[in-house]
Amino acid sequence: MLTELLNKVYELGTPLLFGAITTVTLTLSSLVLAIILGLVLALIRLLNIKVVNALISTFVEIFRNTPVLAQLFILYFGLPYMGIKISPFLAATIGLSLNGGALLSEVFRAGLSAIHFGQRESALSVGMTPWMSLRYIILPQTWRITLPPIGNYAIALLKDTAVVSAIAAPEIMFYARNLVTRTFDTTFIYILAALLYFCLSFPLARIVDRFERNQKVWQ
Amino acid sequence: MNSPLLRLENIHKNFGDLEVLKGIDLTLEKGKKVAVIGPSGCGKSTLLRCINYMEIPSSGHIYMEGELFGEKKLNNTFGKLNSKELAKQRSQIGMVFQSFNLWPHLTAINNVALGPTVVNQMPKNEAYELAKSMIEKVHLTPKINEYPERLSGGQQQRVAIARALAQQPKLMLFDEPTSALDPELIGEVLNVIQELASEGRSMVLVTHEINFARELADHIIFLHDGIIIEEGPPSEVIDNPKNERLKTFLNQIVKT
Amino acid sequence: MIESIKGFLLVYPENWHDWGPQIYAAMWVTIKLTICSFTLATVMGLLIAVGKMSPIKIVRGFCIGYIEVARGIPTLAILFLLYFGLVPLGIVLDAFVASYIGLGLTAAGYMAEIFRAGIGAIHKGQREAAYAVGMTPYKSFRYIIFPQAIRIIIPPLLNMLIILLKDTSICSLISTDELMLRAKDLAMMSFRPMHLFLLVGVIYFFLAWPLSILTRRVEKKLQKSQRNALA
Repeated sequence: MLTELLNKVYELGTPLLFGAITTVTLTLSSLVLAIILGLVLALIRLLNIKVVNALISTFVEIFRNTPVLAQLFILYFGLPYMGIKISPFLAATIGLSLNGGALLSEVFRAGLSAIHFGQRESALSVGMTPWMSLRYIILPQTWRITLPPIGNYAIALLKDTAVVSAIAAPEIMFYARNLVTRTFDTTFIYILAALLYFCLSFPLARIVDRFERNQKVWQ
Repeated sequence: MNSPLLRLENIHKNFGDLEVLKGIDLTLEKGKKVAVIGPSGCGKSTLLRCINYMEIPSSGHIYMEGELFGEKKLNNTFGKLNSKELAKQRSQIGMVFQSFNLWPHLTAINNVALGPTVVNQMPKNEAYELAKSMIEKVHLTPKINEYPERLSGGQQQRVAIARALAQQPKLMLFDEPTSALDPELIGEVLNVIQELASEGRSMVLVTHEINFARELADHIIFLHDGIIIEEGPPSEVIDNPKNERLKTFLNQIVKT
Repeated sequence: MIESIKGFLLVYPENWHDWGPQIYAAMWVTIKLTICSFTLATVMGLLIAVGKMSPIKIVRGFCIGYIEVARGIPTLAILFLLYFGLVPLGIVLDAFVASYIGLGLTAAGYMAEIFRAGIGAIHKGQREAAYAVGMTPYKSFRYIIFPQAIRIIIPPLLNMLIILLKDTSICSLISTDELMLRAKDLAMMSFRPMHLFLLVGVIYFFLAWPLSILTRRVEKKLQKSQRNALA
């Protein structure tokens, strides 16, 4: 009985693992892009140019108040209609990165403003330029504050990748659905898929827990 | 036969493997004031908190006016009280905390009146009058409708004292009431405690203010490492300490 | 440029008689779905939060496990399990039901943490002070802990509402007839995906945005009292 079960897991699990590779790649690339985008947006906001800030706020609000799925559909289905065709993976990465960038820009904004004032003044008072104060004093401290929210975002991102199966990106859910149409072993396959996600997210969750604990101690 | 107001019998308290109280006996007569002094970590606060069963002693018993406190007698053994019974007993003892612990979402007068209203089912206007008089007692009538965040530390602590008094307790417990205060605010709180003492209130005071303890207390207990090392009237314990550790302790306090 | 934008926008009034009523009905399904799942999540979340504090080890363990699982598995996977995965076991759920159960039970994991954080943020000393004047645990909860915890809990709770609203779109993937599915169907039929997805995006935006603004306003108002609660 046990060997039967293990065989089944192996048979059905292997395609799912292929999907997992895409899932992880997608998560990592979107995460990196989202962090970069979020940081850049937050820094630009520091320049306090009214029009630019308004544009950024609009961008952020739009992405925060609409579902990821809608954003993905617009990118994947809507763009070809206007002549631009992109692969599912690319659409997924762009969509998730833009979404993430909007969310993280708020996280960075909060983190930066939590540190900004007094620290900047003391940096300038010892003769640093604004750029140096940013580089040596402010950003290093911002990291410590923003690490937990970024970690939580990463976990949410991992789970959001399931949704990109709707635009045929070859990740776990996508493979799961294909398997189901071929073998009709619905219950087992979907439980296996859920388990696979859990195995990916659980270690992340523990790491984020550690971030949060360290933060409390540091405070 | 007149039982003492409070009697602690062989109180032990462990936190896991750590034994903090190693057999404490204490008797307090009505109207008397006891001060507990000792170095940090010797168990003073733990002892105080055992008295009103905020901490449950690992062994030993507490008697208030001859009655068991915090437990009940079942045939030949002792049983736990349910939360209602325990709460009722606790309302007979007033406690003042080091960190005041005022309730921030209530004004000063509501902080004081809530206990009588909710615990003793006192009608609201009666509770309000009682609260007003308690606040007057601690000289804070102008601040009666302020929220705790707008009061200084000393004022907050005085409201906390009024709150404890509103339950008309038989015994007052003070857990390092001035340790969290800025120096210039300590005096106003100590004055209130002194006034209460002069009225004949029974109290147990845990404090670092040795001079105050000397003026106020009838009986001083020096606690070290969970045991009572020396006890007696202030003239003996503070002015003429016998124990070496006590002498060291008092010298250090005088230096600071 | 302006011509093409005009041309783009003209498609809407052209097709409104067809799209309008369907989108409108689907919007109400989305709203209903959001409310149902939010209610389920709140109730479940409260139970789990209370269970986590239970002295009974099994109950506590179950609740801790529940929270880990609910926060570690994608909503889509749970929805698929409920809608497709239970069928071989004889349980066939209607799409709407599977949707709000899936959304609600998953969100309950987050709700439980929100409730726990709210109660935990109240300084232990206040409960002690309540006991010291003779209040029972219930009374101390009712008069001291709850009034303050509720202020801490409301902003993240509202935030969950917004998240649930957006997550209803995922239910389209298990054929729940809400906004996203309607949009996809109409898009396929009319070959105008961009128009429909943009339209639906705008509708989601105007459903969620007021909630976002409300949340921020409530958050600001409560921040003052929050500082005291954590003293």
